[in-house]
Amino acid sequence: MVTKEVEAAPGLKTKLSVDNVSMTYKRDGKLTHVLENVNLEVSDGEFVCLLGPSGCGKTTLLNTMAGFLTPTSGTIQVNGEAVRGPDPRRIFVFQERGVFPWLTVEGNIGFGLSKLTKPEREQRIAHYVKMVGLQGFEKSYPAELSGGMKQRLEVARALAVNPDMLFLDEPFGALDSITRLVMRSELLRIWQAERKTIIFVTHDIDEAVQLADRVVVMSARPGTIQQIVPIDIAHPRDISSQHYLELRDGIFKQIGLAHQV
Amino acid sequence: MNSLAAPQRWEKIFWPLVATALLLLLWHFSVIWSGTKIFPSPRDVGRGMLELFRHHVLWADIRDSVRRVLIGFGIAAVLGIPMGLLLGWYPAANQVVNPVMQILRPISPIAWIPVAIIFFGIGDRAAVFLIFLGSFFPIVVACINGVSNVPSVFRRAGRNFGLTPMQLLTRVVFPAALPQILVGLRIALGIAWLVVVAAEMIAVDSGLGYLVIDSRNSGKRYDLVIAAILLIGVIGLILDLIFRSLERLKPLRWGFRNVA
Amino acid sequence: MCMSKMSGSDSIPQRADMQASGGRQKMRHGWSRFVVALRPFLFIALLIVAWDIAVRRQPAHLLPTPWETVGGILDLVRHNLLLKYVVASLFRVTWGFSLAAILAIPLGLAIGWYRRAEMALNPILQILRPISPLAWIPIAILWFGVGDLSAVFLIFVGSFLPLLLTSINAARSVPDVYVNAGRNFGLGPMQLIARIFYPAVMPQLIVGLRITLGVAWLVVVAAEMIAVDSGLGFLIVDARNAGNRYDLVVAGMVIIGLIGFLLDVGMRSLEKVKSFRWSYSED
Repeated sequence: MVTKEVEAAPGLKTKLSVDNVSMTYKRDGKLTHVLENVNLEVSDGEFVCLLGPSGCGKTTLLNTMAGFLTPTSGTIQVNGEAVRGPDPRRIFVFQERGVFPWLTVEGNIGFGLSKLTKPEREQRIAHYVKMVGLQGFEKSYPAELSGGMKQRLEVARALAVNPDMLFLDEPFGALDSITRLVMRSELLRIWQAERKTIIFVTHDIDEAVQLADRVVVMSARPGTIQQIVPIDIAHPRDISSQHYLELRDGIFKQIGLAHQV
Repeated sequence: MNSLAAPQRWEKIFWPLVATALLLLLWHFSVIWSGTKIFPSPRDVGRGMLELFRHHVLWADIRDSVRRVLIGFGIAAVLGIPMGLLLGWYPAANQVVNPVMQILRPISPIAWIPVAIIFFGIGDRAAVFLIFLGSFFPIVVACINGVSNVPSVFRRAGRNFGLTPMQLLTRVVFPAALPQILVGLRIALGIAWLVVVAAEMIAVDSGLGYLVIDSRNSGKRYDLVIAAILLIGVIGLILDLIFRSLERLKPLRWGFRNVA
Repeated sequence: MCMSKMSGSDSIPQRADMQASGGRQKMRHGWSRFVVALRPFLFIALLIVAWDIAVRRQPAHLLPTPWETVGGILDLVRHNLLLKYVVASLFRVTWGFSLAAILAIPLGLAIGWYRRAEMALNPILQILRPISPLAWIPIAILWFGVGDLSAVFLIFVGSFLPLLLTSINAARSVPDVYVNAGRNFGLGPMQLIARIFYPAVMPQLIVGLRITLGVAWLVVVAAEMIAVDSGLGFLIVDARNAGNRYDLVVAGMVIIGLIGFLLDVGMRSLEKVKSFRWSYSED
């Protein structure tokens, strides 16, 4: 097992640390090792992509980080505190499935804001409606929105509670390729503006290389970290530059695919 | 959805046993504490059940009830499925017929008893007619919904392959709607079983419904009443299970994958 | 869409569909729209005429013609029986159905939430479900005597199980992702119930309530034929037994049908409330 760059970049505060995390399920009497000895440190404000084929345990890892699953062994800490369950300071963005269909756009964005006073809440909602470009749809129900709009709505709902971490599980997987490109640059813009720590799960190599500070390449059965690739290109990234292509092809080889179609 | 970890296999048997035992105990002690002389305890009902099984009448009663259900339900299916398919296929026809159906549907099949007796006299055919009425409308409605829920992509694909309207109905729309139609048929069979018992309490002098009312009228044998009621439940469940195993047939099953 | 009529020579099905819908839209204007709206009434008129002819051709003439049925309804109104019986039936349905809803819905949601509870009770519920509520009549009379209470009890029995099963299913089918999202925003158990669980189960519950109200209406009529001496079900039995007044029998059936229809329409309008409707508009 190659583990390079497990440590967070020097000089930055460690936000999240995953120590020796393993996860086993018992299914039909057989033990399945979903994760084995995963170690990872993420620094404050970093954008990390978990990349790997389906079934490699990247979504399981994300769920343990967010506190929805408890690892069989090992520890996960955020700001030096062990993760004991989901927390409003760390919001998980499901694929657009997580939008509540019984609430309007406003209702969804305001969902986590019940502690604010009414004018504060309205102001916050208006701010995020504008940020994700849903003006004019404040009173619409999710059923009346397109997939891309629902996805932006879910991101807005997450950002509205001002979390310091975001977990995104293949958030753009169900979108068409144009919307997906737009959403990526939206996410980068928001990330640069608000400096959240972001853990982003994807199986799309290009997406990972375009977005992340570091790409964590995972392999399947049992899920382990195969390699961690730092992407040292400044945003906005030129996706036809020589360096970008080198990094991307390196990951393609790492996963075992020759990059020829 | 649930709040706890996935249950083990042994729990599938263990918990139902616990619940049943608790319920029987509760029943047993409420009979003792209330000091009732009329209402039977679980043990009385068990004995009553055995007594019914030793009687040959029980089997005849079961046979009569099941026969009536199968005939009435069968006629309803044979007439209701084509009618529902056509109404689903021609929305204009549905718009015309729908108001009439909406008014006939909420009339309890039991309320037809006087009319049924005029038409058929007291006996099997009156009961079969009531079962037919009870299961006909649910079948028609299920077929209409099944057909109108077939995605238009399927119809277009079928027409693209040059099918005539009749072929489209039999080769595309019917199989596509089949899962929903089967669910409707199962519900209708359940209703038929509810109706036969009620009809037998009033309109005929055999069958499980008659057994219930007769056990009460001839000598207040409430142990037999409850035993008969439980038998009605068990046989209804068996009918339902048989129908469900039909739904599990491979070619019919495609629509149920999400349900299971 | 009435595509079947446009079939045959079209080589590009999609365009044919568009033309068909365009044509229909034009048809929906003015006079032809009026004719379309009139067709259901014409069909009803046709049925009534067929009914009339069928009865007149019968030698025994036991069944009433449509006009005799209308006369029967007027007779009931004149004797102040119509309102009295309708109120009696509705009163029983309201009580039996409401009691069942108040008890069955919370219980069913709780059972659906705890998988082991659902497991434990499922076999018992499956055996009780196929039992006709009317089979409980002897028990009802034993406990409550002949009268209102018996009828209310039967409606309660008939509505309780369907509502319980709907609630269990509704609770079980709340997607995990909604509950997880709620927990992520820091909701406690009570808030989870009020802000996630309740809105998520509502659409299914309302459909269940509508169907069960229909069942309750079927049961009350049957129960009144046996267990009490007022109400629309009693009217039917009484009119037949006391002098073969079949005009009143059929009048009673027509009124039962109309009221059942109105109850259904009322419940359907509940389904149209926007924040309940979310699950219906999503296709």
